[in-house]
Amino acid sequence: MSLSVRLQHDLPDIKLDLSFDAPPGVTVLFGRSGSGKTTVVNAVAGLLRPKAGRVAIDGWQLFDTDQNHWLPPHRRRLGYIFQEGRLFPHLTVRQNLLYGRWFAPRGARREDPDKVIEMLGVGHLLDRRPTGLSGGEKQRVAIGRALLASPRLILADEPLAALDDARKAEILPYFERLRDEVSVPILYVTHSAAEVARLATSVVALQDGKVVRHGPASDVMADPSVAPAGVRAIGAVLQVRVTEHHADGLTELDAGGARLFLPRIQHRVGEGLRIRIPAQEVILSTKQPEGLSALNVLEGVVDTIRAGEGPGAIVSVKTPAGSILARVTRRSVAALGLAQGRPCFAVIKTVALAPQDVGGRLNAP
Amino acid sequence: MGWLGPEELEALKLSLRVSFWATLVTLPFGIFTAYALARWRFPGRQVLNGLVHLPLILPPVVTGYLLLLTFGIQGPLGKLLGEFGIVVAFRWTGAALAAGIMAFPLMVRAIRLSIEAVDPRLEQAGATLGASRPFVFATVTLPMILPGVIAGAILAFAKAMGEFGATITFVSNIPGQTQTLPSAVYAFLQVPGGEAAATRLVVISIIIAMGALLLSEYVGRRAAARVSGS
Repeated sequence: MSLSVRLQHDLPDIKLDLSFDAPPGVTVLFGRSGSGKTTVVNAVAGLLRPKAGRVAIDGWQLFDTDQNHWLPPHRRRLGYIFQEGRLFPHLTVRQNLLYGRWFAPRGARREDPDKVIEMLGVGHLLDRRPTGLSGGEKQRVAIGRALLASPRLILADEPLAALDDARKAEILPYFERLRDEVSVPILYVTHSAAEVARLATSVVALQDGKVVRHGPASDVMADPSVAPAGVRAIGAVLQVRVTEHHADGLTELDAGGARLFLPRIQHRVGEGLRIRIPAQEVILSTKQPEGLSALNVLEGVVDTIRAGEGPGAIVSVKTPAGSILARVTRRSVAALGLAQGRPCFAVIKTVALAPQDVGGRLNAP
Repeated sequence: MGWLGPEELEALKLSLRVSFWATLVTLPFGIFTAYALARWRFPGRQVLNGLVHLPLILPPVVTGYLLLLTFGIQGPLGKLLGEFGIVVAFRWTGAALAAGIMAFPLMVRAIRLSIEAVDPRLEQAGATLGASRPFVFATVTLPMILPGVIAGAILAFAKAMGEFGATITFVSNIPGQTQTLPSAVYAFLQVPGGEAAATRLVVISIIIAMGALLLSEYVGRRAAARVSGS
């Protein structure tokens, strides 16, 4: 199942002009607010009619302005998860969940309501009305409602942005389950690097209505030029496997042969997962560090150095674990004589690997 | 109702019948017009808005005379209806037509306010879930505006009960045929010794008007509580 998007549209501030093809899995539209992400999703959903363009799912055209073809939203077979939930206040949770299912063609009702209700843990809410639900509960119901419409594509427009951090941590695993257990492709809009790191199969980075980078999450997020939320959002995404839980409260991970240590996480030994390492938590050294309290030291070679506007620079280091990004000062770059091809060591503090940057199970590659 | 004379009772029954049908028949048009005014942007929207409100602003006698010109035996629409054997001039159906048109603006205003209070994004959500426009209206919009629709209907009913000027101009004041409650009050006041009967009808009018208002408040609150889920 693949999605192909080509769009041109004039927004008040920017001109949207982009095209991309999304492979199966979760495609994240990533960019700062005002970059045109929501416009793309609304055009795919049919809630906004773009000036020109074409969108197709597996060759099935949703619209094509060249051929004057336009499917109305209700015939596009989508599941749209909105930022604010948009549950129907006059219906119970059960009626909300089954709303889209009722309109789905009989033969296309793939998802079993009982399974979805169980997966999302909303069984005890079925007879309540949305008004009394917490933000997290509302969003779980919204996910279920979209899924039970048996859509060919799920759209999610910053579904976590209205939630606090605790609620975000509550909802993210459900999106991971959606990615791993349901075969529907997902187009997911966010400006959060942590969400990209945990969910994305591929990333489309938008800036001022244009695609600036497009590719696998680990590649795009390792590119310092893709920094929608400022330098704090820059970070590398590594694919790792849990090797051991140590008695002193640390979990040991294997990252392409290199060892990493994290504060204890819940994942089982042998489980694959993704971690995001923020660039500002990485220190570089040209010599093997000694007498250092940090546990994670990765040996590698400097790949690229990008100087920002301020005193900082982002250095990308190729290590066996993958590309690591480090945010250092330009002065340090000069003092250490860092240049492309120069061997160096990336030092990561253990506690820097925060739980919200640790994702769940990964699809088998 | 033994204390009411046969003529008074007849006027009351006729008024109830006229108002009931006036409300019931105009309600679908009222909902449609309110929806169009609240949600659609089309050329002539302000003209439609003006037309709907005209009966509220025009002297009722003018509205009645215009109705007579259009729906009278010789009027263009009156002739057309006559082809099908329908005559509204000087019949109770004509009284219902006059009452319906006079009550229409109030009904549309109440319903339009409730439609404007519905978040269009909920209707969009319905569409993305596979509901076509009519289904979105039936399953999302209509249940949510129900309090406004009921309030508008009750208000229109009360207004129809009290309609006088347009009715008497259009269909005259024929006992048993077009003599509604207000027309009967007027008629009783024209004859010596009719004050007692007029007073009884006035009391009934007040009771019905107050009852309608209280009922619309009550139903509106109940329905609002149901819709908001509290």
